[in-house]
Amino acid sequence: MSHIETSYLDFGRLEALSRGDSFLHRLDPRTKVLTTVFFVLAVISFDAYTVSALLPFLLYPAVLSGWGGLPVGYLLKRVSLVMPFALMVGLFNPLLDRDPGATLGPLELSGGWLSFASILLRVFLASSAAFILIALTGMPDIALALERMKVPRIFVVQILFVYRYIFVLTEEAVRMMRAYTLRSVHGRRPGLGIYAQIVGHLLLRTLDRARRIYLAMVSRGFDGEVHTLRTFHLGLRDVIFLVGWVSVFSLFRYQNIPAWIERMAG
Amino acid sequence: MSHHIVEVRDLGYTYPDGTTALNAVNFRITHGEAVAIVGSNGAGKSTLLLHLIGHLTPQTGMVQIGDYRMAPQTARLIRRTVGMLFQDPDDQLFMPTVGDDVAFGPLNMGLPKEDVEARVENALTTVGALHLKDRAPYRLSGGEKRRAAIASVLASSPDILVLDEPTSSLDPRSRRRLIQLLAEFHHTRIIATHDLDMAFDLCPRTIILHGGEIAADGPTGDIFQDEALLMASGLEKPLSMQGCPSCRHPRR
Repeated sequence: MSHIETSYLDFGRLEALSRGDSFLHRLDPRTKVLTTVFFVLAVISFDAYTVSALLPFLLYPAVLSGWGGLPVGYLLKRVSLVMPFALMVGLFNPLLDRDPGATLGPLELSGGWLSFASILLRVFLASSAAFILIALTGMPDIALALERMKVPRIFVVQILFVYRYIFVLTEEAVRMMRAYTLRSVHGRRPGLGIYAQIVGHLLLRTLDRARRIYLAMVSRGFDGEVHTLRTFHLGLRDVIFLVGWVSVFSLFRYQNIPAWIERMAG
Repeated sequence: MSHHIVEVRDLGYTYPDGTTALNAVNFRITHGEAVAIVGSNGAGKSTLLLHLIGHLTPQTGMVQIGDYRMAPQTARLIRRTVGMLFQDPDDQLFMPTVGDDVAFGPLNMGLPKEDVEARVENALTTVGALHLKDRAPYRLSGGEKRRAAIASVLASSPDILVLDEPTSSLDPRSRRRLIQLLAEFHHTRIIATHDLDMAFDLCPRTIILHGGEIAADGPTGDIFQDEALLMASGLEKPLSMQGCPSCRHPRR
């Protein structure tokens, strides 16, 4: 179970990265959130069989992690934890969709394989953009940026609290699993019934904790609104960053760059 | 200085499941006093504390904090005077960073940003945790969390501090430093605890709760000498008042 703690929720490193001091870190969080949103929208707006036109978008994560001084290996590891979900989504496409889609030299690829590759690529792009956003901005600032951008407060508060308590909760879950493992003979994995009980307990504890946290908030004058001292400042560089990237995304979106290169070479 | 007085009269509270948690509790704590509230598990300490911060409304009797009598309408006002330190600092530090958390109370009071910043710095300096300002609470050690939590209470400048088990799950040195810190405060302090040694160090006065009733209320030294009373209340003499365990000096 320590696996969960160490690898899956290792937000600690992301958090540490977000305290870096590159000019990307100093940009207004809203700029970075918006740019990421445009990036993801551009990437998902292609039709299901697009592969080659998506490739230029790799430029964005590559450039940002370079400028921000982010460790690429670490980011790839984060992203690789998300990829299995993409695999699951696209798994049956090659089997179900056998119409010829494209030729790669002597090889003929079915539409299913193309859409499968497209899904993987999109998930890769979107999740690396998301991780880079977190690593350059930090979750709290992202949440507050969302609030300034008129995202309903209830969602923002949700994000803040999930981010704060996911660690506490995981720790509790890990402790319960450890207690189970220590007392289970043969070290068998818990059956469904046990899992249900553990999850049930976790829910009860969570409710209890929620009550105590609310109490702590109320006793310090909480009135439904979370105020903070953080101030954001939109400057010229924010405008340049946003406009620059959005133009690049539009270029990539409406012009198939790899096809151009092919034509030029041919 | 009437606004620093805590008065509890004939307080009774029975939970919906029929458990009587408090029964005819009476005491009056005056300005600047440090009072320990001790008692075995289930003696009613937590229920009493929840009344002091206005989370529970008295079923019988009354609670008066300063000029206000506790009622749902006055609870907000009273919470400005009473700062509560919760037992688990993870419950208290709910904001993304320590600095955000300490600023939470003052910001809710509607103070201007510069004042809030000054208060955050002050509170963190008082507890010796200014270097933790930008850290995330879950990355802190137990002792650091406790200090941060105290700073978050101090930042609202309460007149009365209510502390629930402040020394629990601290290592000996963190505990010692916390006790020194608490000793420096001039607030009215109400400390619910099982740590009788701390109570002995910090509080000239002790109230023993037993089965929801007050079993004793008096000078800490006298109460902790009364072994029959302690035994009857499910407590033991503080270690510092017991005989030396290695030289076998007879225990009294």
